[in-house]
Amino acid sequence: MNKHLLSVDDLTIDDVNTLFTTAAEMHDVQRREVKKLPALRGRTVINLFFEDSTRTRSSFELAGKWLSADTINLAGKGSSASKGESLRDTVLTIASMGVDALVIRHSASGACHQVAEWVDCSVVNAGDGTHEHPTQALLDAYTLVRRLGTLEDKHIVLVGDLTHSRVFRSNVGLLGRLGARVTVVAPPTLMPSGVEAWSASAGFETSYDLDEVLPKADAVMMLRVQRERMSGGFFPTAREYTVGYGLTRDRLAVLGEEVPICHPGPMNRGLEIAADAADAAQSLILEQVSSGVAVRMSVLYHLLAGEGASA
Amino acid sequence: MTDPILIQGGSLLGGGAADVLVADGVIAAVSTTPGALETTGVRVIDADGLVVLPGLVDLHTHLREPGREDAETIRTGSHAAALGGYTAVLAMANTNPVTDTAEAAERVHELGRQVGVVDVQPVGAVTKGLAGEELAELGLMARSRAGVRVFSDDGRCVQDARVMRRALEYVKAFGGVISQHSQDSSLAGPEACCHEGEISGRLGLTGWPGVAEEVIVARDVMLARHTGSRVHVAHASTAGTVEVLRWARSQGIAVTAEVTPHHLLLTTEELLGYDPTYKVNPPLRPAEDVEALRDALADGTIDAVATDHAPHARHDKQHAFGDAAFGMLGLETALGVVASVMVDSGRLDWAGVARVMSHNPARIAGLGGHGRPIEVGEPAHLTLIDPAASVTVDREASASLSRNNPWHGRTLSAAVHTTLLRGVPTVLEGKLA
Repeated sequence: MNKHLLSVDDLTIDDVNTLFTTAAEMHDVQRREVKKLPALRGRTVINLFFEDSTRTRSSFELAGKWLSADTINLAGKGSSASKGESLRDTVLTIASMGVDALVIRHSASGACHQVAEWVDCSVVNAGDGTHEHPTQALLDAYTLVRRLGTLEDKHIVLVGDLTHSRVFRSNVGLLGRLGARVTVVAPPTLMPSGVEAWSASAGFETSYDLDEVLPKADAVMMLRVQRERMSGGFFPTAREYTVGYGLTRDRLAVLGEEVPICHPGPMNRGLEIAADAADAAQSLILEQVSSGVAVRMSVLYHLLAGEGASA
Repeated sequence: MTDPILIQGGSLLGGGAADVLVADGVIAAVSTTPGALETTGVRVIDADGLVVLPGLVDLHTHLREPGREDAETIRTGSHAAALGGYTAVLAMANTNPVTDTAEAAERVHELGRQVGVVDVQPVGAVTKGLAGEELAELGLMARSRAGVRVFSDDGRCVQDARVMRRALEYVKAFGGVISQHSQDSSLAGPEACCHEGEISGRLGLTGWPGVAEEVIVARDVMLARHTGSRVHVAHASTAGTVEVLRWARSQGIAVTAEVTPHHLLLTTEELLGYDPTYKVNPPLRPAEDVEALRDALADGTIDAVATDHAPHARHDKQHAFGDAAFGMLGLETALGVVASVMVDSGRLDWAGVARVMSHNPARIAGLGGHGRPIEVGEPAHLTLIDPAASVTVDREASASLSRNNPWHGRTLSAAVHTTLLRGVPTVLEGKLA
């Protein structure tokens, strides 16, 4: 693996398979009474979150702690620019404390790529603006592989606010490489600019019609409508969005009982996903959270424990 | 006054080699007969192989003084300008405080005069504090010792059509021109940091579409027609803008336009590494826009090349892309970029370069003493170019205080050999005199 995990593009398929194999072992550790491995004893991981997060930060924190790393959470509320210090100065200051890995979330796309150029330690992208969230994509794929056995030739449908979704950008890059056929569905106003050329070169499909796509899905991943990012009126009303693009009770019936439902959270119940769908038997939403710790343990382990190490 | 200077054997535009004698700040003699002009008591510059141009004029420079002297001062910016072959620059108004009064304009003008290596002509703000609401003291700035003729809220667009209309009407009284930063804020708001297209979509950056420029250009063209006034389009960046300009010219509407060197050469592809050096406003556009801008400059639809020289302290660029400051350096490299893009490809000859980098900018800005033909009696603002040279840009070698140089490591064609302001060398053999 590379020194950093900034994008799913940093990973080969072999890397992904290795990460999944290790994640499965880590998953078993989670079920033990004592959830602790000595693998990263003496290593220091700092979770530097410039943007609010509960599940991703907790997930990384647990992953580090269960691997015996010294894990510290730092909240850089707002951007460093707003505090008058450059991002470079902020991260160099923290990295100078003898850190082995910086896990960074930042509201600006590309922030983690820039940080990786400035510091010597490993950098893990825990979400940069509307760009990427590679560990989310890994845990989504890991969860789906566990449920479906393989993603080869499986039709995976991503629905929602694609424009503002870093989860979408990482997933569309990873799922296709694992053999899945991916269709993304959104109203035209929530499709990223230039998506026609992008989808043609990256090999995914686009649709504005969820009802046309849904019956052919082997798995469906609902994405959060990021209302906090929407100053421009991307759709008329919440009701209209739900009618067009929500995973409603009626659509749940169309989907059938075997097709898994994912959502990276936090959910807007009643907007992009009905409570019935979120809580349905085929929902993998809580399993995604549980898998997330295992996948992040695997990532930290492979980045920090050195080549050839075994869990 | 310094000694007379004889520029010997330089290539004049539209003619062959000639000797040009400069004395008392003006061109004293021009001779196409080698050795005909007296050399005794005269400093001789061997211009064999060099092209003699009228001194370059930049319509769009940010000198950062007052307010951000850590990024640039009038002194350092003037030095960078001279090294780039410029003899006059228009200093944009978005300083701190803003150049929106006669006193502020006179101060910038006077500081430029004290440095004395280029003529620093202040641009006045269109609206007080660049707020886009109330007109600044346009008339007082025009009547001041600075003699302001170009007004711009650059960095911001005059969004309100009524305010823009009034500004266009008002400056007719003294032959002023409004230079507009065309960016509709409802289509390209404060988070917009790059061109909206496939690359912004992939990178997750908030883009601003070309149409956000084009709707303002179209609006202002119609306002110029309605008011019978002059509007100038700053840093045109899209093919759509070029279409609007072509139409406006076909209708006889008084509109002029500039393009930056970076919009003539760099594309959106530069953003793939998230390097904030390439963050500029308006943003770098796709190749098809770049091609349209080159065509428009060559055929005269776009009148001028203007640098939009925008120095920034290192720490203002050391943020995530979306948080970093907009802008890049340009004064020292503009000629090289134009030579590389336009001359090497045969789209412009050196007379064409003089047109877009000297004659037209001086005309648009109302700088009567600049951009003149090289004839006896004209002011001796001259730039000598070595067309056979090539320069690999080193950002650390810049005279600017800042280092946000997108050309670092690139090799550009041609080189500025000598710059003369009123017959006095400011640059000799590529170095400050």
